[in-house]
Amino acid sequence: MSTLAEWITVPLQFDFMQRALLVSVVAGVVCALLSCWMTLTGWSLLGDAVSHAVLPGVVLSYLFGLPFAAGALVFGAGSVALIGVVNRTSRVKEDAAIGIVFTAMFGIGVVLISRIPSQTDLMHILFGNVLGVSDGEILQILAMAALILAVVGLKHRDLTLYAFDPVHAHAIGLRPRRLEALLLGLLSVTVVVALQAVGIILVVAMVVIPGATAYLLTDRFERMLLIAAAVSAAASVVGTYVSFHADIATGGAVVVAQACGFALAYLFSPRHGVAARLLRRSPAPAG
Amino acid sequence: MSATETTRTPPQPGQEQSPPPPAVEVAGVTVRYGDVLALEDVSLSVGRGRICGLLGANGSGKSTLFTTIMGLTPASRGRVRILGSDPAAARRRGLVGYVPQSEQVDWAFPVRVADVVMMGRYGHMGPSRRPRRADRAAVEQALERTGLSDLAHRQIGALSGGQRKRAFVARGIAQGARLFLLDEPFAGVDRPSQATISEVLAAMRDDGATLLVSTHDLAGVPDLCDEAVLLQRRLIAQGAPADVLTPQRLLEAFGIAPHPGGRAA
Repeated sequence: MSTLAEWITVPLQFDFMQRALLVSVVAGVVCALLSCWMTLTGWSLLGDAVSHAVLPGVVLSYLFGLPFAAGALVFGAGSVALIGVVNRTSRVKEDAAIGIVFTAMFGIGVVLISRIPSQTDLMHILFGNVLGVSDGEILQILAMAALILAVVGLKHRDLTLYAFDPVHAHAIGLRPRRLEALLLGLLSVTVVVALQAVGIILVVAMVVIPGATAYLLTDRFERMLLIAAAVSAAASVVGTYVSFHADIATGGAVVVAQACGFALAYLFSPRHGVAARLLRRSPAPAG
Repeated sequence: MSATETTRTPPQPGQEQSPPPPAVEVAGVTVRYGDVLALEDVSLSVGRGRICGLLGANGSGKSTLFTTIMGLTPASRGRVRILGSDPAAARRRGLVGYVPQSEQVDWAFPVRVADVVMMGRYGHMGPSRRPRRADRAAVEQALERTGLSDLAHRQIGALSGGQRKRAFVARGIAQGARLFLLDEPFAGVDRPSQATISEVLAAMRDDGATLLVSTHDLAGVPDLCDEAVLLQRRLIAQGAPADVLTPQRLLEAFGIAPHPGGRAA
């Protein structure tokens, strides 16, 4: 019968599903935008670092009854700054500095969590709880997403210039260090937005995969932003629906959907896909 | 002091004026990286509308001199002036154009040639860098002058080595730069493309721009450059290419004589 229509409409009758879809699509879009610069600057793992480093902030917010975003932002931005300090003021290289700071922060978070009586909260922080977001959390997410969209709308060309040629940015009187700080600040806020959708462990997927997927599909940066946002929003919707019908973890389902999108682009992208490359290499058909 | 300054400032037409300050002036610059002395007491001056070849072995301080002029590497002593003004002010006015070495560019970056050239206009735009008609016209003109109009919509990495160089030169032209720093523009470029680049550079010089070109290609220097600078941590020589590129001095700079059988200067 009208099974497909039902598959789509039935979940929408539930208030929690409407909220879940809203949060995952918003998080998916802002993460996708940032992921484009992460892919091109080679900072993908910094997203992983920041997402883990916010754990103590989230736990402390919870313990003191503050909005989760407050603690997360402090620890996210703080850890990025700390990575820079360790990198610049010692002979430790950047990858090691990232590894040290984010594991240390995550360790502190795990220690703090062990003092929390209820372990279900731990699971929510680590793996997301998009089906149980409160009104207050939705407001925080929408406010942060609006901020990110506004800054990206105004500064995306500068950020791309920074990613492509920071020396030229300096030569024309811009401040590459400020653009770097802006990009890192945006990354911190983005990670916090995505926390609710997929949880700390899987945030990195959201700030890496859409950009990488779009990178395989276009040679123009503005299009890359649009494609990444569209692919990521689609993955959020598909993942959330599948999680409802199959009764599986929503965050995991969204990330698996992202990965499937990447796999398709990797294989079948018209210009940069594996299949197209193999076809080009084989001799042209006679005639 | 300020009173005498103000009475002196407005130039009187018809009266004798001091010549305009050089395009770039490096005075007593010393640069250290930790314990390593990269440049020692280097002084040089390049006049406007000249092409100056910057020569030296690897590790001779060529790149350091470039980054110091650009204000990326702080000098522990000495100072740099660009077109008579403070380097930071010159950069803000868009006077300094930079053409990077090939290895420093991510050629797979999703930008088209026209996008790269448009980046030269960012200093002239509002905070969101939304291009206006004047910006598009400047980009079009720069592409035309570098012979890249037909390739404007190609991804930057889809160009040949010589075309890639010209794209970055076009960026500086669109920017309106008056001092160009070109880092090894002939590395990995075949002879015909090198000739095309040289033509573009000469036309820019004839327009009054000043070009500082670091290069390994000693043979091409006399044709392209009005003057040459030989660097080996210290300044070995500056002057006309024929006077600078003597076997004696090349031996000092490179540690080997490039033409062992050549006649002595």
